[in-house]
Amino acid sequence: MTTDALTASRRISYRFNKVGLVSLAVILAWALVAIFAPLLAPFPIGKIVNFEFFAPMSAKFWMGTDYLGRDMLSRVLLGARYTVGTSLAAVTFACFMGVALGMTAAVLGGWIDTVMSRLMDALISIPSKLFGLVVVAGLGSSIPVLILTLGVIYTPGCYRFARALAVNINAMDYVTVARARGEGLGYLIRAEILPNITGPVLADFGLRFVFIVLLLSGLSFLGLGVQPPYADWGALVRENLGGLPLAAPAVIFPSLAIATLTISVNLLIDNLPRKIRDQGV
Amino acid sequence: MNRQVFELVSWRLASAVVTLLIVSFTIFLATTLLPGDVAQILLGQAATPEAVAGLRKAMHLDDPAIVQFLKWLSGLASGDLGRSYANNMPVAALIGGRLANTLKLAAATTTVAVPLALTLGITAAINRDTLFDRIVSGATVAIISVPEFLLATLAVLVFAVYLRWLPALSLANETQSFGDLLRIYALPVMTLTFGVSAQMIRMTRAAVIETLNTPYVEMALLKGASRRRKVLWHALPNALGPIVNAIALSLSYLLGGVIIVETIFSYPGIAKLMVDAVATRDLPLIQSCAMIFCVGYLVLVTIADIIAIVSNPRLRT
Repeated sequence: MTTDALTASRRISYRFNKVGLVSLAVILAWALVAIFAPLLAPFPIGKIVNFEFFAPMSAKFWMGTDYLGRDMLSRVLLGARYTVGTSLAAVTFACFMGVALGMTAAVLGGWIDTVMSRLMDALISIPSKLFGLVVVAGLGSSIPVLILTLGVIYTPGCYRFARALAVNINAMDYVTVARARGEGLGYLIRAEILPNITGPVLADFGLRFVFIVLLLSGLSFLGLGVQPPYADWGALVRENLGGLPLAAPAVIFPSLAIATLTISVNLLIDNLPRKIRDQGV
Repeated sequence: MNRQVFELVSWRLASAVVTLLIVSFTIFLATTLLPGDVAQILLGQAATPEAVAGLRKAMHLDDPAIVQFLKWLSGLASGDLGRSYANNMPVAALIGGRLANTLKLAAATTTVAVPLALTLGITAAINRDTLFDRIVSGATVAIISVPEFLLATLAVLVFAVYLRWLPALSLANETQSFGDLLRIYALPVMTLTFGVSAQMIRMTRAAVIETLNTPYVEMALLKGASRRRKVLWHALPNALGPIVNAIALSLSYLLGGVIIVETIFSYPGIAKLMVDAVATRDLPLIQSCAMIFCVGYLVLVTIADIIAIVSNPRLRT
């Protein structure tokens, strides 16, 4: 009875402020675009629909056309799928691995913790863009490779974050009690530690999502990320860079798309309701 | 006390060396052991299997990975970086001048960014929650949220396309007057400065605000010290450690930044060399460039840590 009332009042009391709401709306909008892109796109994606390349904005082509005369709006909409989808998959991988390993290290302690932490510290001191370049040089670029690479690059960061949180929880009396009861590693992680670090881990998830979007766009911009005929937003900027002297909208809109997404996520995290940010959900 | 600091610093240095070893092994692993036969790539599609096998043997590609790694590492240590696959020149010769160019770019950025960031960060912290602070904080969030190439394209759009003040490419040659030099460096340095300063401003602002919230600064206020004395005499000296730490950490942002900036402006630095090497899969060149970047990063981070240890007695436990 009392617990029911408590959970109900908690659910209602998540109050977003205005900035938080607007950024949440922008993020949701991009997520919807990523899912429904083929339905929303006014023109077939790869098709050359206009003889004029780098055409300015017009009623027919809202964002102008690209370097081949393809409709930019359609390409930006579909680009959302690659940018958001790839980054989301990568950040999920990174967070899952990092948090799982971090909690394990915190609970087990001892030499396992020391060895894993040293290893993660070493991995963290390879600049992320460089790591991406080196792996792409070795493996060639494809979307599964990109997802795995980006995921591995950001695993150490998640590991450090989760481990630092979990070490504090691990020292709590109720964990000691659970251990004394003879609970195993799996139970300790799942039932005692994870629920108490969910909030901060979610905020960290968002932050790392931004890092991954930036890195993916950077790699694509260098021509090492998503490969043609597919194109994410970074690749769209690269393709149309030749139109920069003409100040073509084909360069500006994909850039704007990246900026709106990343700035929104950052602002949302800064304006998250305290309840989610500071404690477990 | 000093002995303790000495011990901590040497412990930090030792762990940096261990890290460097792990990092070099990772780079080696990522480049050599991944699929894609180097001999096959070098000889091209038409090569006979015998020729490929012969080249593999000549290049010691059939040795166990750990032997190859040790050979590579001892080569690095003795200054022998190997030969480039693409044009068979010694890697060291390819890197030399390029590295100097990149360091010039980094030095120019540091000279502009550090004073700018410190001024903005400190003034924003002192005038906390005013309009000025909000604008500075908002701008820094916006800048760290967008990719570097966006800053660069924006700079080109404004200064090279609309205003036509500056050239869009930075093909640095030796025979140029000071004015030309300034024009060439302006755009890359501006782009990098934006990125580096945004980080630095945020960290500086946080450090100063933290010290302004301490009891001893409040005490100074209650004693009737002027605001100026409060900031300059009480807060800043204590924030100095974190600030210098922030500078070193933000400068490591340069490493990622130059990769994009050198590519966009065709600046002949080491990052451009590496991106080109990735395109041609020139592994010895990639490995050497990657090691240079990692060493640079490690040096900056280690310096930041050591400054933090020396300046903050509470970390010496």
